[in-house]
Amino acid sequence: MDDYILEMKEITKLFPGVKALDEVSFKVKRGEIHCLVGENGAGKSTLMKVLSGVYPHGSYTGDISINGEVQKFKKISDSEKAGIGIIYQELALIPELTIYENVFFGHELKSGNTIDWNKTIAEAGKIINKVGLRAGLSTKVKNLGVGNQQLVEIAKALSRNVKLLILDEPTAALNEDDSEHLLDLLRELKNQGVTCIMISHKLKEVIEIADTLTILRDGKTICSLDAKEQEIDVQTVIKHMVGREIENIYPKRTNKNIGEVCFELKDWTVEDPRKGRTILKDICMNVRRGEIVGLPGLMGAGRTELALSIFGNVPNYKVKYGSIVMGGKAVSFKSPREAINAGVAYVSEDRKGNGLILIQDIKYNISIANLSHLTKGLAINENEEIVVAKKFKDSINIKAPSVEQKVGNLSGGNQQKVQVAKWMYVEPRVLILDEPTRGIDVGAKYEIYTLMNRLVEDGMSIIMISSELSEILGMSDRMYVMSEGKLTGELSREEASEEAVMALATKS
Amino acid sequence: MSKDNKGIGSEITTMLKNNIRSYAMYIALAAIFVIFNITTGGDFLSANNITNLINQTGYVAVLAIGMTLILIIRNIDLSVGFVAGFTGAISAKLMFSYGVNVYVAILAALGIGALIGLYQGALVVYAKVPAFVTTLAGMFIFKGLLLLITMGGGAIIVKDSFFTAICDACIPDLPSNIRFLPGMHNLTIYIGIIGVALAVFSQTKARMKKQKYGFKVISAPLFILGLIAAAAIVMAVTMLLASFNGIPWAAVIVGVLLFVYNFMLNRTTFGRYIYGIGGNPEAAELSGINVNKVMLLCFVSMSTIAALAGIMYTSRLRSALPNAGIGFELDAIASAYIGGVAVSGGVGKVTNTIIGALIIMSLTSGFLLMNVDIAYQYIAKGVIFIVAVAFDVLSRKKRA
Repeated sequence: MDDYILEMKEITKLFPGVKALDEVSFKVKRGEIHCLVGENGAGKSTLMKVLSGVYPHGSYTGDISINGEVQKFKKISDSEKAGIGIIYQELALIPELTIYENVFFGHELKSGNTIDWNKTIAEAGKIINKVGLRAGLSTKVKNLGVGNQQLVEIAKALSRNVKLLILDEPTAALNEDDSEHLLDLLRELKNQGVTCIMISHKLKEVIEIADTLTILRDGKTICSLDAKEQEIDVQTVIKHMVGREIENIYPKRTNKNIGEVCFELKDWTVEDPRKGRTILKDICMNVRRGEIVGLPGLMGAGRTELALSIFGNVPNYKVKYGSIVMGGKAVSFKSPREAINAGVAYVSEDRKGNGLILIQDIKYNISIANLSHLTKGLAINENEEIVVAKKFKDSINIKAPSVEQKVGNLSGGNQQKVQVAKWMYVEPRVLILDEPTRGIDVGAKYEIYTLMNRLVEDGMSIIMISSELSEILGMSDRMYVMSEGKLTGELSREEASEEAVMALATKS
Repeated sequence: MSKDNKGIGSEITTMLKNNIRSYAMYIALAAIFVIFNITTGGDFLSANNITNLINQTGYVAVLAIGMTLILIIRNIDLSVGFVAGFTGAISAKLMFSYGVNVYVAILAALGIGALIGLYQGALVVYAKVPAFVTTLAGMFIFKGLLLLITMGGGAIIVKDSFFTAICDACIPDLPSNIRFLPGMHNLTIYIGIIGVALAVFSQTKARMKKQKYGFKVISAPLFILGLIAAAAIVMAVTMLLASFNGIPWAAVIVGVLLFVYNFMLNRTTFGRYIYGIGGNPEAAELSGINVNKVMLLCFVSMSTIAALAGIMYTSRLRSALPNAGIGFELDAIASAYIGGVAVSGGVGKVTNTIIGALIIMSLTSGFLLMNVDIAYQYIAKGVIFIVAVAFDVLSRKKRA
């Protein structure tokens, strides 16, 4: 009989309209490194949030046992007491504090009622040594690189005496050396009796380090593979990750009419001054009239950054070199307005965050990017605005009692349609859709796909960013696969398969 | 027939439901008027006091109009009081010490106001210094500059009759040979009648246009009822003012500014952009709005309006004083919030802000008339302020 430190049985977690986890079972042996893989949205993070108490007991069904005892975590501190430590992709360190202050932040070492700084420094020193961080203890965390910050996070978890350490994509932001060091550290911790669960998209390193590998897909456990019993290869993992059948959920385009190249990127290389590193490197791509070009890739591949750097560069990246060519001329956009005027539009991946103005109504949101079209003299023609909004509401089937409805009260699918309508109204030549179907139901998805087909049939060009592989494969005429800010390959519709795309998307 | 009445009944109910916040405010203002009128034995609603109230509300009302924009875009300007004091003193000093022409003095004050707005706006927008800090520093700086200008004499007296008329006199009447109503201020009555006629005409035209588009409009009886009610209120105030000295210049200034800003916010792209930025600045930016430029212009407008308020206040006191402007910013901010500007930004109307300003200044005036200690005035203002905002926050939360 195996000795399990963690057993999760038949965990089901519902969100409004979505079954995020569907009777997921997940077992972790004591002292192993257990990797959890799956596509974006497969339920990995949700499962870890259930485990750590972010979603309290009662908000899901199923049992969690630690060392054979059933646990009912009401909050994160409950799971911490049980010896679980979780390190998220977004590090939770306080940048302005020193390493030793961060290590014991939240559970300070005290003598009486005051913090015992000498003891803190001595203890922090021991743990920092253990994780192999070579930096002065009183260095401020903001002055450390990401790799070292990650080590501080791990030290912080160790200082709490964790028995089960969960790392959510720990190497996503790390370079090769730092990644290698981190993996070594995990092996070292394993030898010292710490069990690790690691979520990662980098299949090569997963296979390198995992004792056991569990694959989730669409909220279900597909299988657990034991490295001791069988040789695990990337192909097998990918097959399990994406192996759903593509049903006929993508409408056929009846009138394919692909014309000349109308948008081109040449050697597009961009640096993020805040991160101090190049986030996009030598991107070359072109888009033809009437074509849907897909940009598959995993989260963090740099696709949204690419879109934003083209669309007026709102995040103030530094374009190091490269150019945008439209209509045979090199162009550059200093603001979204310039991009819009040149015929480029961007539908944001985050419709609530930076796509829509939720407290305003449908007509306001549809007209906002093209008010000059409605303005004669000084005043906006508000009656004409309603006419325009109604036209879109009917033609793309936005379900709402009237165009005076606040956008914040609409469903995700209808919000997305409002966002698309807003950009349809400016009649762009190139429409960039960033995760156009994220978080919307199947019916609304189909409507968005149909709409996309209609737009390209009318001569628009679409660049579609999506982390949902089947959708990219179902909709694109051509695709460019990105990984870690670089193009790793171009695939025609015929060449493309889920395995081929995944192989390129996980290539580093 | 009965079916028709039922239709109107439900129409009224939905109208009340949708605008409960605005109606609550109108009722509060009416209640304050009635209560003060009773407690002061009819003095409060006398022509003399209403004229006085308008002159007194004038400078707070214009400040509150400018502040509405600033609050909608999720910022704040604490410096307006001392900017008003400082620029008012500049105009007085230019006339008193240097004999500058009154128009030039006024334009100079407004120009300096605009420059102050440019300076503070640039700090907030481009250097990303929070508005709270920038304008708090402004409070210190412009208070100091005000003291510097008024140093020596203490008060700078203004004698120019045009200048003092701005916030202390009423519009002139028609020449006596074309006055038709004896004992009344004829021009005021004419303006009232013309104003009502214009409003009826434009409202009817707008309604007809909507009908031509085939949009739903409020039913005819309700529309007419609303017009009659509004006309009655306007004419009642007009007649009251006409029985005394006529329309105060302050009312003309506030009226024009209100008209311009209301039009700008509701009908122009610039107004749309202001609401967009207040609702979601990131989304506004990605919609092609030049967020920085719009925000900068809001700050310039605010400080220019502060200069206008400074001129009005100086005019009212007929002198610039070292303590001018203290607490104006608080009255302006409170007025805007009582008028329904959302604390989270993105929502607000200048027309309602004016009602807020009237509420605030009625409390000042009423308590003064009643001879009640100023302590109660502050408490009453604070209570109304917090009740209004809490009501807003709670009702928004319920809807979300």
